[in-house]
Amino acid sequence: MQCAFLQKYFQSNSESISNGICIILALVSVKLYTSFDFNCPCLPQYNKLYSLGVMIVPPIILFFLGVLVNRHTGVMMDEWMRPIGERSKNPAVVKYLFSAMIQRALLAPMVWILVTLLDGKIFICAFSISSVGLKLHGPNCLWFLSSGMPNNTGLDLIRIMAKVPCKEDSIFRNSSFRKAVSRYIRCYSQAVGWSILLLLILLGALGRLIKPCFDDHATFLQTRYWSNYLDVEQKLFDETCVLHARDFARKCVVQFFEDMREDTILRLPHPPSIRCYREEEEDEEEERLHGITKQEQVDQLLNKWYYAKPELDVTRIAYRPRACVTWEDQDGKTLYSDV
Amino acid sequence: MDKFRMMFQFLQSNQESFMNGICGIMALASAQMYSAFEFSCPCIPEYNYAYGIGLLIIPPIWFFMLGFVLNNNVSMLAEEWRRPTGKRSKDPTILRYMFCSITQRSLIAPAVWVTVTLMDGKSFLCAFSINLDIERFGNSSLIKGMSEMEKMKLLAKIPCKDLFEHLEIRVAASRYIKCISQACGWMVLLMMTFTAFMIRAIRPCFSQAAFLKTKYWSHYIDIERKMFDETCKEHAKSFAKVCIHQYFENVSGEMRSFHRHRSADDSDDEEDRRSDEDKLLGIRAQDDMNKVLWNWHTCKPPLALRKDQSNGEDNNGLKKEVNGGPNGFVKGHTHDMEKKEWAVYYSKV
Repeated sequence: MQCAFLQKYFQSNSESISNGICIILALVSVKLYTSFDFNCPCLPQYNKLYSLGVMIVPPIILFFLGVLVNRHTGVMMDEWMRPIGERSKNPAVVKYLFSAMIQRALLAPMVWILVTLLDGKIFICAFSISSVGLKLHGPNCLWFLSSGMPNNTGLDLIRIMAKVPCKEDSIFRNSSFRKAVSRYIRCYSQAVGWSILLLLILLGALGRLIKPCFDDHATFLQTRYWSNYLDVEQKLFDETCVLHARDFARKCVVQFFEDMREDTILRLPHPPSIRCYREEEEDEEEERLHGITKQEQVDQLLNKWYYAKPELDVTRIAYRPRACVTWEDQDGKTLYSDV
Repeated sequence: MDKFRMMFQFLQSNQESFMNGICGIMALASAQMYSAFEFSCPCIPEYNYAYGIGLLIIPPIWFFMLGFVLNNNVSMLAEEWRRPTGKRSKDPTILRYMFCSITQRSLIAPAVWVTVTLMDGKSFLCAFSINLDIERFGNSSLIKGMSEMEKMKLLAKIPCKDLFEHLEIRVAASRYIKCISQACGWMVLLMMTFTAFMIRAIRPCFSQAAFLKTKYWSHYIDIERKMFDETCKEHAKSFAKVCIHQYFENVSGEMRSFHRHRSADDSDDEEDRRSDEDKLLGIRAQDDMNKVLWNWHTCKPPLALRKDQSNGEDNNGLKKEVNGGPNGFVKGHTHDMEKKEWAVYYSKV
């Protein structure tokens, strides 16, 4: 039961946790937008700059965050940058990991951009001035003039239009002009937002449908398997390092204590008939050390793990001969062997 | 193997996610503190700047130091830095790695405070309202004929709603400064994220092997410290048990044999005492224990384990005497006794 659960943890972990983090980041981006106090400067020179900034900088930040929190980034970089050693490199795996990482990282920025477009505040802030040029010389200028544009404040037109996004300004207090302009620009903004969303969904659907025609599905299965394998391998390596460090530490500490003793008792490993439970545990611990008992050995092991990763062939360990103790008499005949 | 998987998960998750949890809690605490804090600009020309910028800088420094205080690894770093070299050489890259990881975690709460303060805009408004060019926000009839001092006094009152009567100018000015403050906030956030991205994503291009090494050994130091504490506790427990047993026996006058017989039908009592004796690991006197604890700091052992079945590779230089008898037992505990080595052979009869 535990075994099955842990197996599932290791297999499905990389993909579904990445997806979960992706979605959490998208929700964070929505929450960030709603809690951000959008503050249009309402000055002719700064409106467009501010709006462009708020539309572009947070998506870049969210993209970097998406790349950072994704576990596959580390796996991909390791696989890309490692020396070849005994294991050949498969560029298809790197490409697969890269595209998966980029797709996941792009979700939160797209959510931000769509939310800003559907809300409309940014478009109103950016384009309230340019709507002057559009509308006062077009066929609808009469409609705008009749809405009661304020013209008694002494400010020129550009300045008036720049103040449209700001609700509290007193020059618009009794006219519905501001509401009309806002509604008009918001309508444009929402249209753009929905079209982008529709385009993205269409692209996604098309990609899903057409991909099997172009890609070799068998190769795809292989690359997906090996990219998952790399992730699991890295996790298992870290896990083995942790367990090894623990056993190393325990033995080091016990050895340190025993060095202070006056007498030492040498114990050869007991034959199985006399072995008791506690010594079985110690033998298991010896086994977990895998013969690595010195600092230089550990350093060498970690160095080799990077510079010359082993080939993907575990036949040797599956058919490894077991060590046994033999006692021989003076003629060389075996008296007793622990097999 | 499943047992070890669970243990690994517990070990790994305990260390890292505990520290990450503390990190996250501090970040939330910093955001909450900002919203609970009542910002009140003094609205006096000489103090505005100090108040505004002080509120932007001093709480982050406080959060940074709090991060160091709450992090358990700081004492580990200090210990590793200050210990005498002894038999184990010191590796400066490990110290640097530990310091970097502690610093990175401590920087998150201050970053959250700075970002939230800049996005809110009140501190910039308080600090920079004096430097505004008021003509651009409304009619300049307001400041006509004012001296420099009076102009500054008027501008300093902008952040305070109840002190500055001209609503439109105040609203326009505060909007302008808030816009600049938010732009600064986004830039700071972008720079921090970009730096973190460069460190995390580009680092594998350089020195990945050395990084694996330092990560392993810094983790090892932490585990070793915990193991040492655990072993000391077990030892103290066994020490206390045996000491009390011996005391009672001394008082009652009965003598119990402490020689070991490896017979199959031991009573539970003797087995417990035997395992306690084993747990003592040969340390039976206060002086010996003090020596153990003193040497642990001044002269840490080298990182080279001996195999249990040593074929003469024993590097302690003990006098060797081989006894072919069926039992081996531990001698007394005075300091000037010669150390003896016993080899135990078992014969299958």
